Amino acid sequence: MTGRRRRNLIAGYAFLIPNLLGVLAFSLFPIATTIYLTFHEWNLSDTPVFNGIQNFILMAGDSLFWKTLGNTFYYTFVAVPVAVFLAFWLALLLDRKMRGVLSFRVIYFLPHVTLTVAASIIWAWIFQAEFGLINWALSKINIDGPYWLTDSRWAMISIIIMSNWKGIGYAMLIFLAGLQGIPPELLDAATVDGANGWRKLRHVKVPLLTPTIFFILTTSFIGAFQAFDQFMIMTRGGPAFATTPLVLYIYQNGFAYFKMGYATSMAAILFLCILGITLFQWSVARRWVYGFDMDN
Amino acid sequence: MNTISTEAVQSQPAASIGTGAGPMGTERSRLMGNLGAWGLLSLGGIVMLVPFLWMVLMSFKSLDEVYTFPPQVLPSQFLFSNYGEVWDQVPVARFFSNSATVAISATLGVLLTSSLGGYSFARIDYPGRNTIFLLYLSTMMIPFAVIMIPLFVQMRMLGWINSLYALIVPGLFSAWGTFLMRQFMMGIPKELEEAAEIDGCGHFRIYSTIIMPLCKPVLATLAIFSFMGFWNDFLWPLIVISSRDLKTLPLGLAGFQQRVALNTPWHLVMALAVVSVLPILLIFIIGQKYYVRGIVTSGLKGAA
Repeated sequence: MTGRRRRNLIAGYAFLIPNLLGVLAFSLFPIATTIYLTFHEWNLSDTPVFNGIQNFILMAGDSLFWKTLGNTFYYTFVAVPVAVFLAFWLALLLDRKMRGVLSFRVIYFLPHVTLTVAASIIWAWIFQAEFGLINWALSKINIDGPYWLTDSRWAMISIIIMSNWKGIGYAMLIFLAGLQGIPPELLDAATVDGANGWRKLRHVKVPLLTPTIFFILTTSFIGAFQAFDQFMIMTRGGPAFATTPLVLYIYQNGFAYFKMGYATSMAAILFLCILGITLFQWSVARRWVYGFDMDN
Repeated sequence: MNTISTEAVQSQPAASIGTGAGPMGTERSRLMGNLGAWGLLSLGGIVMLVPFLWMVLMSFKSLDEVYTFPPQVLPSQFLFSNYGEVWDQVPVARFFSNSATVAISATLGVLLTSSLGGYSFARIDYPGRNTIFLLYLSTMMIPFAVIMIPLFVQMRMLGWINSLYALIVPGLFSAWGTFLMRQFMMGIPKELEEAAEIDGCGHFRIYSTIIMPLCKPVLATLAIFSFMGFWNDFLWPLIVISSRDLKTLPLGLAGFQQRVALNTPWHLVMALAVVSVLPILLIFIIGQKYYVRGIVTSGLKGAA
């Protein structure tokens, strides 16, 4: 058997090596570099200078860091719950057996596969204040629409609307799969017991969907924290940093001001935020997610 | 039209899924419910489709028609020449071929490395395997924004800034793809290869003649996901590519829109947007079965 074990050892690593080298070079090595850069000041051309935790002290006093971090939180905690809520009802509607329902599913999913850059460009024009579709529609009911993308009170809301238009199909699809995974016997049994549609939803479907809701919430939060394209295209972060998320601020610091160490330190904070929120969701999951302990 | 069906991955047939009719529910109340659902869905569907429609219509308008209020829904004349004009102003063919080169070569690379790695994790038993697999899982947690600066520095050391290599080579390896392949290969019965092993087949023969042919559906899923990811990617190309002739479509599109701050030729921008969106929508509609399966399986696996 030792011959076989040796053969497995060689084959195992031989199959893995191309992949492993790539992951080492383009995932693990950059992670190590991140840790190194957070303790250094570097303008990309000279040698990096060790500066201890100076980057983080700088950050604490950088009002733009706090503002952009706040923007990221604002965007995430408004956009994600709204999208999940809407997608849930949408999935319930699309779960019905009726003519045309399959075409509807495709329609609601199309924005998700569209390039974010193209979608952002389209929406930038739809929100355009003087010639855009939305203000035209509003003018029909005698409302003078705002300057959506250049008014600091409306710019973030505009981007959230666009992002939810784009993202709702994804959450809808996962809900739909969850709904279709509910054993029909359970719903039949509820019917026999005299449960109406609402009670079946409240006491059968929702409890059984909690793992799905949990999954969508965790992945959507992670994604929303990293949103970049729509901000870059629709507002370039303006007006006056009202729509600059942390990722865009990191990008500017790194590639416009060449503060590599500082930008990387902020990226590390971004990671800690994502990690913290994910861990928090896991820690409270067993209170509301059905079967969370059994699955783990 | 093809259909999105999530039923393929479900063990339960979806035939008797509840329709909301209670015990007293008659055919009539079910129909009323369907009618209501239809109304709501149509309304929402319009909201989903109008931006696409508007993009297409704008791409055929003249610049004057774009800047009119109230907006004209239909162009007074469909200017197909807009598409030619974009072609004159920016190297559309270059953008297109850059995007295609990156997306196709990186996707093929991902399929090869992920299937090899997945096979190693799923079908071969050797010391160190589980530790390395855990390492892979942990790298999946790292957001791209966290490593983009170190990755940029690395590309600079390799001399790949402003080169398609920077877009392709880091993309050839995917922890997520390896994970997906592993999960699928774990489900293939062991007996299949035992017979082959008795016949003296080595691992590579088993991989290429037994396992890979069975992996076609998951390969299709991985291919379509990777392709779309590379085709749509914006932030990374924005960081490493600056010369116009090396831009991918999203980059070219963004650059075209922001080139002139005040007098953007919006009709031409929309024409370029149509050109960049069409291939991906086509690929989605052709391969939606695999795409949806990928979302659903990764979704349900992740939930458990």
